[in-house]
Amino acid sequence: MGDAARAYALLAWTWTRAAAQYPVSLALLAAGAAAVTALDVAGIAMLFAHAPRIAGFTAPEVLLLYGTSSLSFTVSDVLLGTSETLGERIRAGDFDVMLVRPVSPLVQIATEEFSPRRFGKLVPAAVVLAYALPRLHTHWTPGRIAMLPLMVAAGTALFCGIWVLTAALQFVLVDGQGATKAFTYGGAFLTQYPMTMFARDFVRGVTFVVPLAFVNWQPALYVLDRPDPLGLPAAARFTSPAVAALVCAAAAAAWRAGLRRHRSTGS
Amino acid sequence: MIEVTGAAKAFAVRRRTGRLRRSRTVVHAVRDLGFTVPRGAFVGLLGPNGAGKSTTIKMLTGILAPSAGTVRVCGLDPSRQRTALARRIGVVFGQRTTLWWDLPLRDSLDLARRLYRVEGRAHRARLAELTDLLELAPFLDTPVRQLSLGQRMRGDLAAALLHAPELLILDEPTIGLDVVSRATVRGFLERLNTERGTTVLLTTHDLGDIERLCPRVLIIDHGRLAFDGDLDRLRAEVGGERLLVVELARPGPPLRLPGVAVDRVEGPRQWLRLPEGESAAAVIARLAAGHEVRDIALRETGIDEVVARLYRGDRAYRAQ
Repeated sequence: MGDAARAYALLAWTWTRAAAQYPVSLALLAAGAAAVTALDVAGIAMLFAHAPRIAGFTAPEVLLLYGTSSLSFTVSDVLLGTSETLGERIRAGDFDVMLVRPVSPLVQIATEEFSPRRFGKLVPAAVVLAYALPRLHTHWTPGRIAMLPLMVAAGTALFCGIWVLTAALQFVLVDGQGATKAFTYGGAFLTQYPMTMFARDFVRGVTFVVPLAFVNWQPALYVLDRPDPLGLPAAARFTSPAVAALVCAAAAAAWRAGLRRHRSTGS
Repeated sequence: MIEVTGAAKAFAVRRRTGRLRRSRTVVHAVRDLGFTVPRGAFVGLLGPNGAGKSTTIKMLTGILAPSAGTVRVCGLDPSRQRTALARRIGVVFGQRTTLWWDLPLRDSLDLARRLYRVEGRAHRARLAELTDLLELAPFLDTPVRQLSLGQRMRGDLAAALLHAPELLILDEPTIGLDVVSRATVRGFLERLNTERGTTVLLTTHDLGDIERLCPRVLIIDHGRLAFDGDLDRLRAEVGGERLLVVELARPGPPLRLPGVAVDRVEGPRQWLRLPEGESAAAVIARLAAGHEVRDIALRETGIDEVVARLYRGDRAYRAQ
């Protein structure tokens, strides 16, 4: 684990320096990211300016939900987001090169083209939380205060697990493509591009939401001291680390199974 | 150093056969492959395209898990102990670089040193040595993307050897290189093997690589080991035949010369097969005496042809 963290930091730093080789491009991309981020924040502000209460929750309460889950997601995106390019890496053959280095291929793919720009994605979530937290009418007990970082950490772990799961899925998805390639030598694989994209979004949409209820929604109910509208027992509010650990374990197993299934491409 | 016993790699391939139906066929990239490579050896792995060379290399380096049989490299199981193995072997792919595209070569090598955890002092000594042997100095500070293929290949070799591996595996290291770069790479590999005792296994389509470097040749065809022995034996057994292409002044019937078979006739051109031991000079002299000859070319049998003939022929040539 320590090895992986060390290799991650080293590779991320190296890619950052590589990005600095093109200073103009770096500056333009940073400006673009800042603009998108500002629009994100403006969009959220707009929404809540018009809808002060949503489903019985006040604006700061909903923003707490949004802010914590969004922070979890963006941290995981910064850390592991590029793992979704696994299918392309496998097709291009770069993945084989990663496999002959003495570093986890997951770390290598996650740091691929790492740029400090990625941290810009954290800004909207941080702004939303900074706005919402002081405006909550919550009786802050030590337990509630401790729950905040815990739910963000568990959420981050959950999303990281899901990134790895979706990446591991690409070992199988690329499978069908690799097979046709063996016969057609590459001609047909372009037509299958959209399929992977659909699969990616589909998997993202469905799987992100379900466990998130445990990792974000339930602990938030505890922090806000609200009854569960669905009537789940109160103990469900403290299951987030367990759910996150479960998803991570499943992801690790899927990744290992995927690596064993890896079939590479051509020469 | 390398022990492969009964190794096989099969891929299940699904093909669409109708609107909804799909058929599943199994493609055997490698089947029942067995060979050993002792420490300090220099072995060439040959075979036509699609024969299973790359699959073999990928099983040796842990990229692919064999579907049957066992593979041991440096005493490790490559697919299960891939990371541990990666620290002990060097791998070079001729078709793709293991360097970081946007970094200057020097930084790429420094990153490799950190990933392989080579201690600073040892690294400097090794880098100086490799820089000298591979003549890296003129382009150490050039980003990898700006390097020529020959320079990049030399950089890749340096990166693969920084951690002083016991075994170096190269997949088509001389592909696309010009004559000078090819000679540099060959000379370097030869010294690495004789002076450092590094075990080397390379795949190639270039018979020149084999002639210059490899005392021992393994030939894979259709996923099986078709030959295991030295180059002289290979030549003697299958490559002894040569082809004489003759262009006569005018088209005519197939030539009749003792001991020489006519392979093909195309207008004034004729392809003659010279059996092993037949002197080309004698045949040409006889030919020139009786016919008006415009041009003559003598061709050694190409490696793909040797392999094809070897595999078409009987199995007597197979590994003992």
